[in-house]
Amino acid sequence: MLGKEVSTTDEFVKGLWRENPVFIQVLGLCPALAVSNTAINALTMGLATTFVLLMSAMSVSALRSFIPREARIVSFICIIASFVTAVDYLIQAISIELSRSLGAFIALIVVNCLILGRAEAFASKNTLGRSVLDALGMGVGFTVALLWIGVVREILGSGSLFGVALFPDTFQTWTIMVLPSGGFFAMAMWLLLVNWLNERTAEAEKRAQEATP
Amino acid sequence: MSDASHWSVFVNAALVNNFVLAYFLGLCPFFGVSARLETAVRMGGAVSFVMLVASVCAYLINLLLDVVNAPYLKIISYILVIASTVQLVEMLMRKLSPPTFRAMGIYLPLITTNCAILGLALFQTNRGYGFTQAIAYALGAGIGFALALVLMAGVREKLDLANVPDLVKGTAAALIVAGILSMGFMGFAGLGR
Repeated sequence: MLGKEVSTTDEFVKGLWRENPVFIQVLGLCPALAVSNTAINALTMGLATTFVLLMSAMSVSALRSFIPREARIVSFICIIASFVTAVDYLIQAISIELSRSLGAFIALIVVNCLILGRAEAFASKNTLGRSVLDALGMGVGFTVALLWIGVVREILGSGSLFGVALFPDTFQTWTIMVLPSGGFFAMAMWLLLVNWLNERTAEAEKRAQEATP
Repeated sequence: MSDASHWSVFVNAALVNNFVLAYFLGLCPFFGVSARLETAVRMGGAVSFVMLVASVCAYLINLLLDVVNAPYLKIISYILVIASTVQLVEMLMRKLSPPTFRAMGIYLPLITTNCAILGLALFQTNRGYGFTQAIAYALGAGIGFALALVLMAGVREKLDLANVPDLVKGTAAALIVAGILSMGFMGFAGLGR
């Protein structure tokens, strides 16, 4: 974990939990909260972001020796913006309803700090293979995190999951969860849970170390 | 062209559909720079200025793209204009007020990746605002952003002195405060459309 030698599987796995973009690094919050009011929106957003992340990481990594250092941010943004435009049209072609419910947030993937962050911190310094693994891991971690937030908000806020009603009619929906403030609360709740779990593992490791001197 | 009056466009952007608390735009600087009141005020000012310039530019770009019939270039051209504007503000600020420049640190260049600004440009195009409406929208959005940032900074300065459990400290506490602020802003819902 500490040295330069990181196994190839670890490049993928680290994005899932240890360096999860949403819960640990707190990157890409805007889309994570804005479109996570239903599980299907969250899933679409996660997949679209993963696609852009993967394609831009590949391009940046492949072109890394051609891009001059001074102009790298601008070049990265241009690359990312091209793929975002493609995804925007793709989603419009697949489902116009989905595209309407996500609104401008698909276009706003351009300014997701996660993508530029990975391009700058990882893809511009590593080989193509590693960059692909890193992008996939981060993308899956992002999608899963978004899905978690979306699932909680949809179950509590609309009493359904992926549009299927879960409760009898007597269930009183928590309207607050589909409103903007619900996004903040759901995210805070997951963050607390993750913090608590991490703290517990850290404590258990510490105790294990003390037990075996 | 949309037929909303300038005043309603302004109030709508600043309070009813506040960019930070209702649309979740620009959350990174919102959580990053809101620890101190003074930096929050400066950040709010810088973002408002960039918004105003970006809004005018987006309007002109849109006219141009309509002429050459290339709507697929919208995202790329908007983001390039925003990046150059931020660069300009950065140079101006370094020249005119070096202490402010240092206080803002990394968050000044990061205005480029502030979704509130690109969001503003996209929303005003989608809603078909005219030139003066676009300016009213940008002013409202900028003031709304600054207002949310300043309110948040005020609460967080007080929160530093409070006895908060270790687990909740930091981002989780900030998120909960933001959620409560957002609930407060829901009270404005009756004002606009």
